[in-house]
Amino acid sequence: MEKEASILQEIAKRFISLEGAGLIPAERRIYLEVPQEIFMDVIKFAAKELGFKHLCTITGMDSASCFEFIYHISNDDGIVLNLELKAQKENPVISSVLPVYNGAVFYERELEGMLGVKVSGLPEGRQYPLPDNWPAGQFPLRKDWKPDKTAKEEGPDGKN
Amino acid sequence: MGKIEIPLGPQHPALEEPESFNLLLQGERVAAATVALGYNHRGMEKACESRTYIQNIYLLERICGICSHSHSTCYVQTVEQIAGVRVPERALYIRTLIGELERIHSHLLWLGIAGHEIGFMTLFMCSWKDREVVMDILEMLTGNRVNYGMNTIGGVRRDITPEQAEEVLKALDVLEERTKYYTKVATEEVTIISRLSGVGKLSNEDGLRLGAVGPVLRASGVARDVRKDDPYAAYANLDFKVATDEHADVFGRTVVRVLELMESYKICRQVLKEMPDGSISVKVPGKVPAGEAMSRYEAPRGEDLHYVKANGTDMPERVKVRAPTLANLAAITHMIEGGYLADVPIVIAAIDPCFSCTDRMVKVTDLKTGGEKKFDWDGLRRYSIDFYAKRGVDFRNTSIGKEER
Repeated sequence: MEKEASILQEIAKRFISLEGAGLIPAERRIYLEVPQEIFMDVIKFAAKELGFKHLCTITGMDSASCFEFIYHISNDDGIVLNLELKAQKENPVISSVLPVYNGAVFYERELEGMLGVKVSGLPEGRQYPLPDNWPAGQFPLRKDWKPDKTAKEEGPDGKN
Repeated sequence: MGKIEIPLGPQHPALEEPESFNLLLQGERVAAATVALGYNHRGMEKACESRTYIQNIYLLERICGICSHSHSTCYVQTVEQIAGVRVPERALYIRTLIGELERIHSHLLWLGIAGHEIGFMTLFMCSWKDREVVMDILEMLTGNRVNYGMNTIGGVRRDITPEQAEEVLKALDVLEERTKYYTKVATEEVTIISRLSGVGKLSNEDGLRLGAVGPVLRASGVARDVRKDDPYAAYANLDFKVATDEHADVFGRTVVRVLELMESYKICRQVLKEMPDGSISVKVPGKVPAGEAMSRYEAPRGEDLHYVKANGTDMPERVKVRAPTLANLAAITHMIEGGYLADVPIVIAAIDPCFSCTDRMVKVTDLKTGGEKKFDWDGLRRYSIDFYAKRGVDFRNTSIGKEER
């Protein structure tokens, strides 16, 4: 797993605060938690200089104390670098990675729709994947959200 | 020239699944396109959090009616990685075999859809007829035509007998022969070449920039394939080529899929030849230790990704799925823009968006008597031959009437 280790070293060389950070739990898998202040710089560096040109997707999740986002990015050697970013629970805001990965729009809209996090820099557009008549302020992937099993779905004409 | 905005979908005869495109037309050309999705959203990721790891295999298998084995394999691989399970070699080979048979059925299905979208109905009829050969094989091996239920955490649920392997080899010969013919049709038939060339262009740079995956990206000359780059199951031990093409249009995507069919036959034969003996699964405790993992799988439509976070109980904390079609949607608006309105259906179909095919038991209601009758496939076939014979069109002595399946 030399390649994986050398990628972590390259990152640590450029961003001194990340020295010693990161895990390689399996072949071709790297996990690295990055503080929000330098996150955009790190992901740009990985994309432009380390060859992580493909954004597989972004996973968003509700942990007990914060929101966690994992940017799964891969290079031509099949190595996936999982960059982990944390955001506070109150009014969470993260920056859009669209300037780096032009195809990220649906992944980021999904974070907005399902977790209720603001992605700054994301262009206006229809929400995804929830329907247009979805009630505001309801974010299904938050742990405190429970489906209302008594509610009936309303048709477009206002009837069931 | 004035601009007209027209909606295409969510319900539209040219689309196989609900999705909505808003097209801004200038004359016959599409000046701008936006896509709206989510009409099929079923809340599966949330549902996974309140089901056990085993239940989730069957839930996630139902994400798609075509790549069902892709999703279940990708998921069990992720859970196995967290639990630190070593899956028996034989199970990995069986997973690979079912995965490739699934790719064969999916690509033959796509070839038919492509024929249908361009009005080449003969191609549609022929390739779907041949697809039945692989569907029968999948049914023989797994008991099901779709949603095979082969995977479990720690291995597979059914073994492959030497007699079954023989049947698969026979079917592969038939399919290979037919695919050689389709390769000829796809690369030499004037209708296909002139209808598909230059349609839905996606350059090498744009494909990479927009995060396209699978045959869409490989048809733009990028040899990216999870089976090669990030090998899983038995792929690291197998010899196969990654099919690519430089046309970067719908024609190129057709060529790539036909070439991939040929590679899949090669892989299936190797798997059957080299499959080691031994057990097909190991027992894994219901509770999975806390941890996280992600796994990738080359589904027929491209890279599929599952991420699982475990919290030490028998239910996952979070399951994330990214199916290949979502990755290709940023590229689709780019491919539509600048092209003709009439090309939109085939350009959309060329990324091979997912949809389901299911049961084949047919219930026929006689409108005159109100009686109901159930047919299986052969029964329906005999019924139709007799039906036409009574009306003076006799297929009974032709090759169609004699060819028993």
